[in-house]
Amino acid sequence: MAFTFNESSMKEFQKWEKKFPQNPEGRRSLVIPALWISQWQHGYVDRDIVNYVAEITQTEPLHVWGVATFYTLYNKEKKGKFLLQFCTNITCSLLGGDEIFVNTCKKLGIKPGETTSDGMFTALEVECLGACGSSPTLQVNDKYYVNMTDAEVDRLIAQFRGK
Amino acid sequence: MAEKKVILDHIDDVGEQALAAYQAHGGYKALEKAMKQMTPAQILEEIKVSNLRGRGGAGFPAGIKWGFINREAPGPKYLICNADEGEPGTFKDRKIMTSKPHIIIEGMVIAAYCMGLDAGYIYIRGEFYEPYLAMDKAIEEAYAKGYLGKNILGTGFNFDLYTYLGAGAYICGDETALMNSLEGKRGYPRLKPPFPAQFGLYGRPTTVHNVETFSAVAPIIENGGKWYAELGTPKSGGTKLFGISGHVEKPGVYELNLGTPWKEFFEDIAGGVKGGKKLKAIIPGGSSTPVLLAEELDGMLLDYESIQAKGSMLGTGAVIVFDETTDMVKVAYRAMKFYAHESCGQCTPCREGCDWYYDIISRIYHGEGRVEDLDRLEDLGKYIGPNTICAFGDAFVTPTLAFIRKFRGEFLEYIRKGKYGQETTGALPGSQTKSEVSHA
Repeated sequence: MAFTFNESSMKEFQKWEKKFPQNPEGRRSLVIPALWISQWQHGYVDRDIVNYVAEITQTEPLHVWGVATFYTLYNKEKKGKFLLQFCTNITCSLLGGDEIFVNTCKKLGIKPGETTSDGMFTALEVECLGACGSSPTLQVNDKYYVNMTDAEVDRLIAQFRGK
Repeated sequence: MAEKKVILDHIDDVGEQALAAYQAHGGYKALEKAMKQMTPAQILEEIKVSNLRGRGGAGFPAGIKWGFINREAPGPKYLICNADEGEPGTFKDRKIMTSKPHIIIEGMVIAAYCMGLDAGYIYIRGEFYEPYLAMDKAIEEAYAKGYLGKNILGTGFNFDLYTYLGAGAYICGDETALMNSLEGKRGYPRLKPPFPAQFGLYGRPTTVHNVETFSAVAPIIENGGKWYAELGTPKSGGTKLFGISGHVEKPGVYELNLGTPWKEFFEDIAGGVKGGKKLKAIIPGGSSTPVLLAEELDGMLLDYESIQAKGSMLGTGAVIVFDETTDMVKVAYRAMKFYAHESCGQCTPCREGCDWYYDIISRIYHGEGRVEDLDRLEDLGKYIGPNTICAFGDAFVTPTLAFIRKFRGEFLEYIRKGKYGQETTGALPGSQTKSEVSHA
């Protein structure tokens, strides 16, 4: 079945519609928010979503696909329930963030970027998250966890498994 | 000299993000003063006198930027707050947004009133979902109190303010890329001129400032431009937020008068090198500013001119500290990996140059470097920065060459001994830039 917004996504989209001029240019500004809302609903962006976003923003699917592939945060495939995003940029690496990332992948039995077979965890290396004062930083879905250590990541993973 | 809290004043108070708490410390008094007691021309004059310079990295004088806008031009005009904080090492704007969002809103309304602007957007990077929620809540509160919307404070002035959520692209920190992103496009920087003041968002006159710059506006109006200017040096007015991280005893965001001696900041306030080790080097203003050796820091003051005189830049005020044990080849490699991932791909010299730079640094780090590689990077660099639309090319060439020039011995050791750098992640980072459809 083709993708459409559910009720809460539509409500969210209508909130965004009010932010931009009521003209074709303003409609186009909704592409990025509409992709976000789609991803919040569906978990990742696929061709169906691209077509739907093009339709509701009165743009071309090709344009929407171009936007979706430009921005890193739009998932192009299904991710784990918990998306573990490890910053390994300069400060985090200085304080061991890169090693924590590698260790976590090993412990989960996956390669960087992969998802565990139970669909619970995807581990990604990401760029600076802007929380360098409490490095190393881990972002899980929308939330930041700071001052990470191997033990702390173990604790979080155990906690998420319980959910 | 100690910290001087203008923007960070009361920032850690419980509930400071709530409007009531912000107002308990004089919040929105500056807006009342600006709109009821001052003309737009007088506000502009205070901003000019304050010597406030853009805090996003480039340091352009705010008063001059505001002066570019023709208030009388017909049609909509826009104000944009750049909250796409992504420069590696930088973490100040996130703190303001989550803990004191109203100071940003107040500054933006004053700026809009001064320049006669109709609507504003706060462009928040996609990873900052929590700050985005905090800003949205604050905007709602400000609307409810009549600080935003129609007929603000009964003056007849209308100004709407909205948040916007980016989706992961460092390049959108460039103001013209940011505007393209706001227009629902790929975040490709635009050729300048025309400048945003003439042709900005939707082709309309637009002023863009960093979060921290807007945050300085209300204190300036409340206390006067002269007061603010005198906090700093004759050329660098006011205070600046410095985020210090890495091998430092007390990492965090500190607000200092511009012109504070580096030594006092680092040793007295931030506690010096972590674990009592020796200092090797620092990056003074985010990963795009050239590294400075410990011995170059003697007598350096924290202001635009003094750091420039040392051959680097104040940038975003993001100081990264490296102790004596740091492998600088690894640092250069990790920084370059970031740039190779983040080049937007619009200009050929940058898109290809990034990958070449990354490939060469990567092979050195992995023990397969050649002696001529170092000169090749120097030579290649000449053709990248000057031939691209935005500053990204310079942002990776200049710091990379600084690493090579200042730590040539370490690079040569890797090359001559085939010293094999420990792979930071086990991932094949080059594949990120080459196999994905996108570059950003």
